[in-house]
Amino acid sequence: MPAPVYLDHNATTPLDPRVAEAMEPWVGGLHGNPSSAHSFGRAARAAVELAREQVAELVGGQPPEVVFTASGTEANNAVLLSAFAGEGGGHLVISELEHPSIQAAADRLEGLGVEVTRLCPGADGIVCVDSIVGALGPDTRLVCLMLANNELGTVQPVAEAAAACRARGVPLLCDAVQAAGKLAIDAVALGADYVVVAAHKFNGPVGAAALRIREGAGFEPLILGGGQERRRRAGTENVAALVGFGACAALASEELDERIKRLAELRDGLEAGLSRIPDARLHCASSPRLPHVTHVAFPGLIGEELVVRLDLAGFAVSTGAACASGVVEPSRALVAMGVPAAEALASIRVSLGTTNDEAEIARYLPVLAAEVEALRSFSAEPAARAVAG
Amino acid sequence: MTAVAQTAARTDRSAAPAPLTAVAMSGGLDSSVAALLLERRGTPVVGLSMLLWDRSQQVRHGRCCGSLDLGDARRVAEQLGLPHYTLRMDGEFRRHVVDPFVDGYVVGRTPSPCISCNTEIKFEAFWERARRLGAGRIATGHYARIRRGAGGRYELHRAVDESKDQSYFLFELNQEQLARALFPLGELTKTEVRELAREAGLAVAEKGESMEICFVDGGVREFIESERPDLPRSPARVSASDGEDLGAGAPYYRYTVGQRRGLGVAAGRRLYVLDVQPEDNRIVVGGRDELLAPGLIGRGLHWIAGAAADSAVEVDVRIRSRHPGVAATVESLPPANGGSGTCEVRFREPQVGVAPGQAAVFYRGTQVLGGCWIERALS
Repeated sequence: MPAPVYLDHNATTPLDPRVAEAMEPWVGGLHGNPSSAHSFGRAARAAVELAREQVAELVGGQPPEVVFTASGTEANNAVLLSAFAGEGGGHLVISELEHPSIQAAADRLEGLGVEVTRLCPGADGIVCVDSIVGALGPDTRLVCLMLANNELGTVQPVAEAAAACRARGVPLLCDAVQAAGKLAIDAVALGADYVVVAAHKFNGPVGAAALRIREGAGFEPLILGGGQERRRRAGTENVAALVGFGACAALASEELDERIKRLAELRDGLEAGLSRIPDARLHCASSPRLPHVTHVAFPGLIGEELVVRLDLAGFAVSTGAACASGVVEPSRALVAMGVPAAEALASIRVSLGTTNDEAEIARYLPVLAAEVEALRSFSAEPAARAVAG
Repeated sequence: MTAVAQTAARTDRSAAPAPLTAVAMSGGLDSSVAALLLERRGTPVVGLSMLLWDRSQQVRHGRCCGSLDLGDARRVAEQLGLPHYTLRMDGEFRRHVVDPFVDGYVVGRTPSPCISCNTEIKFEAFWERARRLGAGRIATGHYARIRRGAGGRYELHRAVDESKDQSYFLFELNQEQLARALFPLGELTKTEVRELAREAGLAVAEKGESMEICFVDGGVREFIESERPDLPRSPARVSASDGEDLGAGAPYYRYTVGQRRGLGVAAGRRLYVLDVQPEDNRIVVGGRDELLAPGLIGRGLHWIAGAAADSAVEVDVRIRSRHPGVAATVESLPPANGGSGTCEVRFREPQVGVAPGQAAVFYRGTQVLGGCWIERALS
């Protein structure tokens, strides 16, 4: 059997060999704590600050605005908990499309007495700006709207939402983790006070993420200790991962247009093939969306079972957010969009990456068609079954 | 080769493929070695673990449903290079195994949940799920053997390792279930199984046995009470078979027929539970001789390799899993006398501890002919 084909880049991506090369000195030889005064420390400090410039460039911010964290989850958590760190109460607005790192933090805050408004996207997978404006109140302390959804790839009207929020003095957190490397991010144009990106979603290493805090926006650190990251995130810097983050950010800035074109071509080829499978329902295909994500339902089967059959046949896809695997409920985002539960459970997600090619798509399509047909030959009876993680 | 040609080549090779075998991996020693042996045969294998009883907050060791064990299953699958997935089956498990187990105690019976787990879960619901994932056969770590008999019928036989034999718990399997099942451990002793695991360096090679009921953590009584919080907990009256009142004991569902220890009442002689009467909240106790029964009435009569002729069948019957067996005659009763599947089993010598809710399993030599569920003892 040929090597398995990886079609799940929204979960994580392979490390770009050029990124690995940039990291190599810090994995294999160099060491030094960026806080140290000696030559070892200075070398590490220089490497981290170069990475900061590269990441600032990617998100359209200034280097001092960039706070490195260990994950996108940490950065999202930090912003939510910071916004409600003061006296109790307050109001939080999030969309139902948000990543679990925002949903779960909102649940925690709700338990502590924060009022939470959760906005449903429309059937197009997009949150309407009017609904955000309508939800704002005198106590609203934060609005969370992701730049692009991890399951559907739909791009949200962040700039409009941020402008409306700013006019009312409400800060906005934009989780851009899935967008980075696949969509131009300009923090200034977006007008978001907080922007989050993570390296491993665009061919960088796991363990490096960034929170861009607009100069002047408030922030209470989540992690306390030393004075790293201008006292906004304590803990010795993960120099090797940050160097990799900087490298993948620089490459993404440089190659973005080319990557988008390439991914969209592959995706269009894939979707043309999908249209030849009976009753394949593409979700949000005519919405503004990322170039590399295809979300499709095959009514009459269970997506989790299709994922297993495809895995056994050598193709790695997913049913949606990786963090949700193991849970029997249909995707929260899809249900919020109004997709019936049975159709939501019959869905799979393909997320392409820079290393995929046409030959892989050509191999994938007939296997997919065969597996869909095989699963549909069984009674479609209980939709509430699932394969846990 | 072009992508299309590669696909075509793959399709050709798989023209007559060995069926994919799904091995049910609990994370224990036995199912891990079953997976190991299948993998060594070179047949395509997928490891599937069943999430049967999800109390993910609890971390438990050495039981088949502990979440740690599923981690062990994953680890072994990784060691063997097998694809591995976990199936959520807690709904089916509750419906077919846990609820009937609790209900059995509530009506004063002595349930045998492992049999229903095999019949309904491992060889039915699990198969159904495995089939949907592309499997053509399933394998488990049971100690039992399957053979093709005369006329191509599938026969179930006791394992080579008599001390580990689990055939009693498999008596309800039918021809279709046996046709698609593999028991790779049936010809091995436990010692050999552990040795194989050690040689292969399996992470679970030194793991202990799981002997108790996998979903019951503490005592059965506490489990029944947690599952049925509304059940009256008043102490049962304990009386001798001649009607003498011996005082108040524990709630009736605490007792099972044949029980000797922990009766909760003092008497000058050794007493055994003869009967559990939930409707009167009464336990009847007596001497061992009073437990002797000449036979039993069974229901759900099942013959593995086809129904025997209508007349009486000579068998060796085991009336609980650790029963040594006794010669007996099985006679199917006409439907008019109590519904189809009813039978009468007469022992050659009276037996103690005929407990309603347990199974009576019929053997001839090493072969399991079938069995029935004990409805009541004959008097």
